[in-house]
Amino acid sequence: MTAPQAHSNEPTNDHDVTVGYSLSINGGTHPVQDAWIGESLLYVLRERLGLPGAKNACEQGECGSCSVVLDGTLVCSCLVLAADAVGSEIATIEGLSADGGLTDVQQAFLDAGAVQCGFCTTGLVMSVHDMLDTTPAPTDLERREAISGNLCRCTGYGRIFEAIDLVVTRRSGSPAGAS
Amino acid sequence: MSTTETIATGTDTTTGTETTTGTETTTGTETTTGTETTPADSSERTRGPRIGENAPRPDGVPKVNGEFAFGNDMWIEGMLFGRTLRSPHPYARIISIDISKALAMHGVHAVITADDVPGQKLYGLEHKDQPVFASEVVRFHGEPIAAVAADHPETARRACRAIEVEYDVHAPIVDAELSITAPPIHPDGNIFRHMFIRHGHPDSPESEGVVAVEGDYEIGMQDQAFLGPECALGIPLEDGGIELYVSTQWIHADREQTAACLGLDPEQVRMTMAGVGGAFGGREDISLQIHTALLTLHTGRPVKLQYSREESFFGHVHRHPAKMWYRHSARADGTLAKIEARLVFDGGAYASTSSAVLSNASCFAHGPYNVEHALIEGYSVRTNNPSCGAMRGFGAVQTCFAHEAQMDKLAAALGIDSIDLRLKNALKTGDRNITGQLLSGVVPVAELIERCVAHPLPAMGEVGEMMGRPGGAGRTADAHHIKRGFGFAIGWKNLMFSEGFDDYSTARVRIDEGQNGPVVTVHCACAEVGQGFVTLAQQIARTVLGLDEILLHPADTQVGSAGSTSASRQTWMSGGAVQQACEAVRTQIFASLAATHGVDPETLAIQDDHIVSVDGTFSIPVEDAVANKTFEATEVNRHVQTVRLDADGQGDAHVSFAFAAHRAVVDVDEELGLVRVIDITTTQDVGKLLNPRQALGQIEGGIAQGVGLAVMEEIIVTNGKVRNASFTDYLIPTTLDMPTVTIAALIEEPEPGAPFGAKGIGEPPTIASTAAVAAAIRNAIGRDITRVPVRPQDICL
Repeated sequence: MTAPQAHSNEPTNDHDVTVGYSLSINGGTHPVQDAWIGESLLYVLRERLGLPGAKNACEQGECGSCSVVLDGTLVCSCLVLAADAVGSEIATIEGLSADGGLTDVQQAFLDAGAVQCGFCTTGLVMSVHDMLDTTPAPTDLERREAISGNLCRCTGYGRIFEAIDLVVTRRSGSPAGAS
Repeated sequence: MSTTETIATGTDTTTGTETTTGTETTTGTETTTGTETTPADSSERTRGPRIGENAPRPDGVPKVNGEFAFGNDMWIEGMLFGRTLRSPHPYARIISIDISKALAMHGVHAVITADDVPGQKLYGLEHKDQPVFASEVVRFHGEPIAAVAADHPETARRACRAIEVEYDVHAPIVDAELSITAPPIHPDGNIFRHMFIRHGHPDSPESEGVVAVEGDYEIGMQDQAFLGPECALGIPLEDGGIELYVSTQWIHADREQTAACLGLDPEQVRMTMAGVGGAFGGREDISLQIHTALLTLHTGRPVKLQYSREESFFGHVHRHPAKMWYRHSARADGTLAKIEARLVFDGGAYASTSSAVLSNASCFAHGPYNVEHALIEGYSVRTNNPSCGAMRGFGAVQTCFAHEAQMDKLAAALGIDSIDLRLKNALKTGDRNITGQLLSGVVPVAELIERCVAHPLPAMGEVGEMMGRPGGAGRTADAHHIKRGFGFAIGWKNLMFSEGFDDYSTARVRIDEGQNGPVVTVHCACAEVGQGFVTLAQQIARTVLGLDEILLHPADTQVGSAGSTSASRQTWMSGGAVQQACEAVRTQIFASLAATHGVDPETLAIQDDHIVSVDGTFSIPVEDAVANKTFEATEVNRHVQTVRLDADGQGDAHVSFAFAAHRAVVDVDEELGLVRVIDITTTQDVGKLLNPRQALGQIEGGIAQGVGLAVMEEIIVTNGKVRNASFTDYLIPTTLDMPTVTIAALIEEPEPGAPFGAKGIGEPPTIASTAAVAAAIRNAIGRDITRVPVRPQDICL
C-alpha cells in the first residue's frame, strides 16, 4: 500500500478522494466534511449524520430496509453515492411526520401488529407511503408488487397487508376504518 | 384505541428524549426503556392490557419512527470500526500469517490474531471446540483468521485485504456420511453424537407389519436470515473490564464464553442487550462478541463491529442439512407397527448445538403418532461445511419432512386415506412417545388434524393472472400447464431445553413510587428479538399486580440469566419468572396490608386494580396499598427436571410438547418446474392465547420460513464453499411469494404447569409447513419429491 494521507476518520489510499459537501435532508441542510467519496448515502445518513432510521440489512439493494425518497423517488440509499445526492431533496423516516407524531401508516402498523423485530419496518413504512401516494386503493396484487422489494423475516407480511388495508380504509373515510 | 395512543405517545416522548439528548451510547436497550410511560396527568392513566388481550408493543413507536436503536445503530464518539478476515478455503493448514502491512496502514489501530487471545483459545455453546481465531487449521469457508480495528470501515476492509495468509490447502470433507469413517478433521473427532432410540422390540419378527414403505429424504441448509446483521459495540472500562452491547439471544451465555476467552472474570464483562433485528436461532452462538471485546481491550477505544449481509452468512450457524432413510411398516388396518430411521445431520466444522439438534430430530422422528416399535439411529457429524446449530424448529423440521412424506406413502400403499391413517395413529394425552415418556400434557393431535382438513378451502378461483402464477414476475407460466395440488402435514416438538439441561430464568420485580403513582419495574435478561416478550412481561405484571405503569429495565447481566430466547421457551420460562416475582411482590403487599389494616393476608387477592378480601369486607385500590412504599423480589423459574436419554434413547427428556398442522395449496408449472404456494391453512395447539394479535404474527411469520424452506431457501455449498452469501442469491419469501395464511383453529386447552396455561408458539408453525408444501407439490405432479427446498429440476427433470 502507498503512503496514507493524514486525515482522521477516512480511509487511506492515494487514490482516495475526501470531500466536503452538504445534503438537503428533510428540509434541512446537513454538512458533511472530509468524507471518503465512496461512501453511500446510507452510510452517511447512519454514521455521519445521526440519522439511523434507514437500516442496513443487505447493502445490496435487495431488502428495502434502507429506503429513502430522493427527489420524489423511492430509492435504496445503499445504492446511492452520498456525494452524488448533493442537490437532491432527500426524505428519510426521521422527517416523515411533519408534527413529530405518527403518520397514518405508522399508526396502522402499530394497530395491525405489523411490527416484530422492527428492522424492516422503517423501510416498509417508506414504501407503503410511496405506494399509497400513487395508488390510493391498491389491489391485492398491486400492494404485493409495490412492497415486494422490502424483505421482512418476522411477520410473513400478513399484518403488514392488514396495516395497508387499515390506511386505505381510514383514508377513504369509511366508518370501518375508525379505531 | 386510546390505550394504544397513550402508551405510544409516552414511549415516543421518552425515547425521543433519550436518543437525541445523546447519552453516550445509543442502544436499543435504552430505547426500549422508553416504556417509561408516565403520563403528565395521572387522571389520563388508562388501564393497560392484561393477559389475553391485544397489547401494543412497548417498543412499537420507536420501531415505526426509526428511533429504536438496533445494535447496528449504536454510535459513540471516537469509536473504531472492526472487521474480520475470513478463510477463503474450507479446509487448509495455515502456514503463516503476516499482519505487518495491515498494521502499518494509516488509520489502522489494531490487527489481532489467535496470538492475541489472552484466555481460552476455544469457545462453544455446549462444547468448546471452536477457535476464536484459526491459527493452525481452518475448517470451514469463512472461518475467522484475524480482526482489524480502524478509523473507517473502508480502511478496515482494506487492512483485511493487506493481511497475508499462506495456506496449505487440503481436500475438504464435505459428505457427512463419509465423514463418519474419515480421518478426523479436528482433535475431538468427527462425530458430535451417535445415538439410538429403541422402542418396543424392533428386532423381533412380530414388529413387522404387512405393508412397508421406504424412502430417502434430504433437506438443504437453511439460513435464519434475520434482517438485522450481527453487531456489537465494546467500550473499555477503567478497571480493565469491558462494557459490551450486543444483539444476541442469550447475553449470559455470551458473557461466560467471552470472559473465558478474554481471561477476565465474568463480572468484568458487563453485557447489555442492544436492539435485536430478528434471531430465529442464529444468534444463540457466539459470532462477533469475543472479537469485538478483544479489539476493544487491545486498542483501549470503543469498537463497533458489524457484519455485512455477506459476512452474516459466514458468521453464524445454519439449519442442519440432513439425509434421512426411513422405513414404515403397518398392520393391515393401518396401525403403525414399526418405524425405522437413520438420520445423518451435517453439523459442519464446529459443534455448536449439533448434539441437541440431533436428539430432537430423533425424539420426534416418528411424528405425533403411536407406533408399536421403533429403531432410530442418529448421527450428527463434523465436516468442512459451514457450522450448523439452532434454527426455529431445531431438528424437528428435518424429520417432520420425512415422517410426513412416509405417512402419505404408507397410506397409498395401504389403500387408506392419508388423513384417516394419521387419525388412527394420532398421539393423545396419556400415550407414551418412543423415548418412553408419558405425554401428560395437552396432546390435541386428532383435533388439530380434523379441524385443519375440515376447514373450507379459501376462495382461490382459477389460476390467477400472470403475476400470481408460478414464476411470478418472470411471467413465464402458461396457465394451461399449471397443476394445482393439495398437501397436509402435522408436526410437533418440545418446549424448553431438554435432556437434563439446568434450564431457568430470572426476573426481578420492583414497585416504586413514581411521579404519578406507583411504577413497576421488571428486570429480566430475556432477549427481545421481535417475538414480543416485552409486551408479554407488561401484560403479566399488570395482570398479577393490578397496576398499569410497567417499566422494563434493559436486559443486561446485572440480573441473573434468563436463558436463551429459543426452544419456544421464553413465554414459559421468563414469563413464569416475571409471574413468580410479581406474585412474591404481591405477597409482600398483602403482608404490608396485614400490618397496617389488620387483615388476614391469606384472604386477600388482587382483582383487576383492587386488593380485596375473599369475604368482600375489605377492598383497597392497589395503587393506594403500595403508595409511597417500595417492594422488590427476585425469582428464579425452573421447569421440571428432565433426564439425558440413556443408551437406548429412553427417558423423560422433555418438559412439554406443542403441535401444529398445515394444509398447503400449490400451483405447479410442471414444464418449468416452478411453484407458487397459494394458501396455507393451519391449526395450532397454543394452550392459551396471551396476546392474540402477537400470536397471529408469530404463526404467519413461522409459516413464511417453512414455505421458504420448501421452495426457495438454501445455502448452496459446493465442495465446502458457500456460493450464495447474499440476499441476491439466497432467496427468502417476499410479498409476492407469500401465500395467504388461514388460521382454521387455535386450540386453547391450558397446559398443566405452564404459566397461564400458555404453550410457546414460535416454532410449531415452521415445522410442518415445509412438509405440507412438499406434499402438495407431490399431489400436483403425481410424482415423489424427496428433497427440500424443491428445485425446478426436482419437478421437471
